[in-house]
Amino acid sequence: MSILKVNDVSVRYRMGDFKDIGLKEYVVRRLRGKYHAREFWADRHVSFSLEKGDMLGIIGTNGAGKSTLLKIIAGIMEPTEGSVTSDGTVAALLELTSGFDDDLTVRENVFLRGSMLGYNRKLLNEVYGEIIAFSELEDFQNSPFRQLSSGMKSRLAFSIASFVRPDILILDEVLAVGDGGFRTKSEAKMHEIIHGGATTILVSHDLDQVRQMCNKILWLNKGEQVAFGDDVPGICDRYRVFLDGETL
Amino acid sequence: MVQKLRRNQFLFEELVKREFKKKYKGTVLGMIWSLLSPLLTLLVMRVIFGGFFGSSVDNYTTYLFCGNLVFSYFNDSCSLGMLSLRNNADIFTKIKVPKFLFLLAKNVQTLINFAMTLAVFLLFCILDGVAITWKFSLLLYPIICLLLLNIGMGLILSALFVFFRDMQYLWTVFAQLLMYASAIFYTTDGFSHRLQAALHLNPVYLCITYFRQIVLSGTVPGLWFHLMMLLYGLLVLGIGCLIYKKYNHKFLYYL
Repeated sequence: MSILKVNDVSVRYRMGDFKDIGLKEYVVRRLRGKYHAREFWADRHVSFSLEKGDMLGIIGTNGAGKSTLLKIIAGIMEPTEGSVTSDGTVAALLELTSGFDDDLTVRENVFLRGSMLGYNRKLLNEVYGEIIAFSELEDFQNSPFRQLSSGMKSRLAFSIASFVRPDILILDEVLAVGDGGFRTKSEAKMHEIIHGGATTILVSHDLDQVRQMCNKILWLNKGEQVAFGDDVPGICDRYRVFLDGETL
Repeated sequence: MVQKLRRNQFLFEELVKREFKKKYKGTVLGMIWSLLSPLLTLLVMRVIFGGFFGSSVDNYTTYLFCGNLVFSYFNDSCSLGMLSLRNNADIFTKIKVPKFLFLLAKNVQTLINFAMTLAVFLLFCILDGVAITWKFSLLLYPIICLLLLNIGMGLILSALFVFFRDMQYLWTVFAQLLMYASAIFYTTDGFSHRLQAALHLNPVYLCITYFRQIVLSGTVPGLWFHLMMLLYGLLVLGIGCLIYKKYNHKFLYYL
């Protein structure tokens, strides 16, 4: 029984200059027959399934459809065709700093962001101290978020996110943040979550990382599924050759 | 929808808190200002229009206050609610959250703001020598209808604002027209029957009239009047819900 099944998923984006036009402009264009929306497929016929405890690495160049696929699995977007079925809770850490409010204090933001990650108040009250200690922001608890440096912000964001315990974890290159000591610390924390039994999906541009950590691999190119399987070294080698060929 | 709300209760509470903290933080006057500003508007209108209508309408200031109170609640909810999708796009394009929560949180804030102004209004009624009777409790009815209307309008406007950039300006113009069609500072006594009937197409006007009947003449509007108000509220809310249902997953492409 697979924990996650992605069934022939295709996603069509609408592109073009229809964004940011006003209602007046829209009406005029419609009347003159000049309203065009281009469409393109960000993902086309992607299918795979994961078992409990699997660690999937998704590779591909920019515009391959990796992030879109993650959003589909996370339930943020709906596929145009196909379906995704998951058996368990899904947590997606796509962009760690989204959901923070500049005007609120660090403390208020911990609760706001935590609530968006699906934590409850009881859990947050319990782990609040730990979050602050882990992010090393003891002296900034009542400062507005906007006054933090970008390093501090990502430390805080990571620390809050590090309490997710989903069945399926989706990571968009956020294995570790910060520099020096914090990098090591956050990486260890992330491994702890992954090895806690979560089925993990990781988008990465670091092939060595994928080779090291993943037992399954999915290669996307311009929305098409090039390869999927558990032959991680083999597919990585082919991808390497593809990349070298493209840069030449 | 209710089920989703319950499941996301904690998130909803945090979103409401965010609205309040952001609104009252940073300004010295804070909460007092939100009470002061409707009073100042009232004062200015009283001075300007008092000369024209003051002599022919009893308790003209209270008459004006009814109009301002209701209309500014409607207008605040709509113009702030309109922003609730676009301003939170960063969140719902990265995190799975029910999108209508942002609008509801905004509406909780405007409702509580309205409740505070309402308290000032009641105080003012006493000062103005208006007798407060049990009938005042019936004011809950137009407030509920307004709430339905406001949430519905917020759903519609926030969706439109995602698709069309100029919605904000168009809405300002529309709200202005609606304001003039709500009989806030004038009376409709001299109007033809046809014109008076036409005003009944405006749900805000109905709510204002309801307030005035209860407060100023101590009479309760008829059953038909009640039904009409409820119908407008439910209709607008229904349209709003349909739009969200249909476009819920399409908003993303426009942001």
